[in-house]
Amino acid sequence: MMELTDIIKEENLVYKKTPLMTDKVLSYCPGCGHGTAHRIVMEVIEELDAMEQTIGVAPVGCSVLAYEFMNIDMIQAAHGRAPAVATGIKRCYPHKFVFTYQGDGDLAAIGTAETIHACNRGENITIIFINNGIYGMTGGQMAPTTIEGMKTSTSPYGRDLKSMGNPLKITELIAQLPGTYFVTRQAVHTPAAVRKAKKAIRKAFDLQKENKGVTFVEIVSNCNSGWKLPPVKANEWMVENMFPFYPMGDIKVDGELVKTDSN
Amino acid sequence: MGELKLMKGNEAIAEAAIREGVDGYFGYPITPQSEVLEYLMMEKPEERTGMVVLQAESELAAINMVYGAAAAGKKIFTSSSSPGISLYQEGISYIAGAELPCVIANIVRGGPGLGTIQPSQADYFQAVKGGGHGDYRLFTLAPASVQEMADFIELGFEIAYKYRNPVMILSDGMIGQMMEKVELKEQKPRWSDEEVVKLNGSWAATGRPATRERNIITSLDLDSLKMEQHNHHLQEKYRRMEAEEVRYETFQTEDAEYLMVAYGSSARIAQKSLVLARTKGIKVGLLRPITLFPFPSKALMDLVPQLKAILSVEMSAGQMIEDIKLAVECKVKVEHFGRYGGIIHSPEEVLQALENQIIGG
Repeated sequence: MMELTDIIKEENLVYKKTPLMTDKVLSYCPGCGHGTAHRIVMEVIEELDAMEQTIGVAPVGCSVLAYEFMNIDMIQAAHGRAPAVATGIKRCYPHKFVFTYQGDGDLAAIGTAETIHACNRGENITIIFINNGIYGMTGGQMAPTTIEGMKTSTSPYGRDLKSMGNPLKITELIAQLPGTYFVTRQAVHTPAAVRKAKKAIRKAFDLQKENKGVTFVEIVSNCNSGWKLPPVKANEWMVENMFPFYPMGDIKVDGELVKTDSN
Repeated sequence: MGELKLMKGNEAIAEAAIREGVDGYFGYPITPQSEVLEYLMMEKPEERTGMVVLQAESELAAINMVYGAAAAGKKIFTSSSSPGISLYQEGISYIAGAELPCVIANIVRGGPGLGTIQPSQADYFQAVKGGGHGDYRLFTLAPASVQEMADFIELGFEIAYKYRNPVMILSDGMIGQMMEKVELKEQKPRWSDEEVVKLNGSWAATGRPATRERNIITSLDLDSLKMEQHNHHLQEKYRRMEAEEVRYETFQTEDAEYLMVAYGSSARIAQKSLVLARTKGIKVGLLRPITLFPFPSKALMDLVPQLKAILSVEMSAGQMIEDIKLAVECKVKVEHFGRYGGIIHSPEEVLQALENQIIGG
């Protein structure tokens, strides 16, 4: 009779947690995409054997404590200022990997100027942008990326474009700037999507070494707590409602905009 | 003897930063301090020493570039003027909270609001009482000459790294714009990345080697008991500065019955007023605080037994006067005189205030 301990053996391992994730229990809500996004960023750094060569910047928002989980040197930035913080680091350490990990409120509302100017200067940094269309940490308020009609605690009857303005496609916007080199939109809601997103992050880090400008990976993600949906339903809602407005795929590759129906 | 040059205060502070071996300057143009960034761009310090200079898109971005580079262990300098320094405050609070060394110069102009581009000393409260949110202090140096603009770069970084604390050089548009002879120090080499790790690797986010735990730079702790502990630690640091780092100079205080207290530009003016008063037989002295935080409170208190009254001379509506009153515990009369809103008082006006408010008052 085979015991469980006979199965859990080094030679039977098909997957191992990267040592670049700490053992601290994630503070994210069950079902949230942040944990997966953290993990694949750390896996990429491990694969590049770049722990000593990497400095990460954490934002303000749900991932404000990213440094608790990412087992590398990290700097926590003021709300929205991560691209400026990353600029300061990278200018002084041009040979290190520098990345920011930011949510939609941080990157596309309060930090719009820092985002656009870091992208426009073509800083050789990687920006990981988690877009769930809502402010998770502060309790589900409207984000710059909240889609039309979406209910949040500050748009309780749904986002009204006339009075509340339009959702901002910041990723398409920064893709227009000459300083961005690789811009893509991904998701982490299925194993296939996770593999694709990780590949995109790997590409973003690889390209950072070539000093060709900003590499930018948006990850459209869920917020089941903020959206008030169970995790599976939240992912379904995301696919049905978020993906049509924020279509998956590369937006800019090798410094050239990808031709699609929408742009 | 170092190299002698005739320079503006703003140029001297920029040249001193290059010679100090500063790694980076991040700033945004604003009158009356734009010459700092202009001088640095003209000098191509990247070629001279490898020093990085970048014009940011805003003061918000500039101070956060400072935060990032300082957090990664590099020697970073920035400068701005009053409205810009107000925009810096968020970043300065984070820098103080995360205990990052850096030097920030404020070439003060008249306010409030957009105010004026003329010199002022009305940012005293903002510099010495904190400025941004939370309980913190900036080590604040007040240069009174172009020479001190240059010298306080070296002193500023020495203090900044000794205490892991941001240092403010609180100057003004007069010192920044005027030209004087300045003796420049020899070029110091910049730290190599290996030296940065050796010197600052115990705390800085330089990239984690396998040999140590990760370094995290943050001002956040959701556990308020830990945050209280952190605050205790910060306060203990500020008390140490008060005990060990007070700097000031005195002029003719030995027989003084009256005392003027003035810093920066006002101290230069008050020196002339002192000469005018002495020729009239008025026994007046001058105390010039060089550090505004920590404030030379003990030096002031020590003079109290011989004094009839004190005149605080500042180009503001009266800010430093509050620290003087606290220092002397109201044991002697303290009055304020100063023109402000961008107007510089004359030595004669100060003398008049001395005669009317202090002696006759």
